[in-house]
Amino acid sequence: MKKAANDTGRCVACGVCALQCPRGAISIYRGCYADVNISMCVGCGICEKACPAGSIVVRETEDTGR
Amino acid sequence: MKHTVNQKTHWYDYLWIWSIIYFALGFFNILFAWLGMIDFILPLIFAIVGGNKWFCNHMCGRGQLFWVLGRKLKCSRGKKAPKWISSKWFRYGFLAFFLTMFGTMVFQTYLVFSGAESLRKAIKLFWTFKVPWKWAYNGSTFPDWVAQFGFGFYSLMLTSTLIGLIVMVLYKERTWCSFCPMGTMTQGICKIKAKKGA
Ligand code: SF4
Ligand code: SF4
Ligand code: SF4
Repeated sequence: MKKAANDTGRCVACGVCALQCPRGAISIYRGCYADVNISMCVGCGICEKACPAGSIVVRETEDTGR
Repeated sequence: MKHTVNQKTHWYDYLWIWSIIYFALGFFNILFAWLGMIDFILPLIFAIVGGNKWFCNHMCGRGQLFWVLGRKLKCSRGKKAPKWISSKWFRYGFLAFFLTMFGTMVFQTYLVFSGAESLRKAIKLFWTFKVPWKWAYNGSTFPDWVAQFGFGFYSLMLTSTLIGLIVMVLYKERTWCSFCPMGTMTQGICKIKAKKGA
């Protein structure tokens, strides 16, 4: 399944991805980085397209059933 | 936790209009440049008191302006920016540079305050190019240093917006946000706070 994954060390916590996510799956954890709620993510890639730091990307992930 | 699927619009989604008004006001009267301090102090309050980047995430007019121009009006190529732009050394280096320039500007204000120098009715773009801005100030009840700070601060705001517009056109809409000094500073504060409060 395709899901968004964020490189938290690279993320600048601007929040563009969270604003754009049509599922509301992203929140900014304590102003530090974007946190993706995997169970809500549908892997559409809108966040990746918006991210100015290239830190959030959609990739094939094993469905952990979470 | 928010579970809304449809995004509601809020009053603060329109703050991009504010950033345009800001530059317009400063064109006619430089004293309005002081209003830009709101954009300096508010994000810091959010970060220091709340430990969050709510300002960046929801109400920064500048970030919104880049989105409106870049995405909605299609003025951005939407290309990936080179990696070094969002690297830690560049972000913190740019922050250091920016703070140094801010300090220089405050010192310039002090010189006018102390009478060592007189008010210069000009703005400086990219910390280099002087642009006459005489029409924006014809004296007021305030002392000259107040206006000097206005010219200096307006220069800073305009320069950073111009840089932001350039990277918006070249790369992703909000590329400026990946090295914006305010963004770097507030994220840094939040990181320290998150570590401490863990
Ligand atoms: S891939 Fe789509 S659904 Fe998943 S976090 Fe990104 S924008 Fe949201
Ligand atoms: S858009 Fe990118 S840099 Fe900004 S918060 Fe999301 S993942 Fe982080
Ligand atoms: S990073 Fe800078 S320009 Fe971007 S939202 Fe934050 S304060 Fe505004």
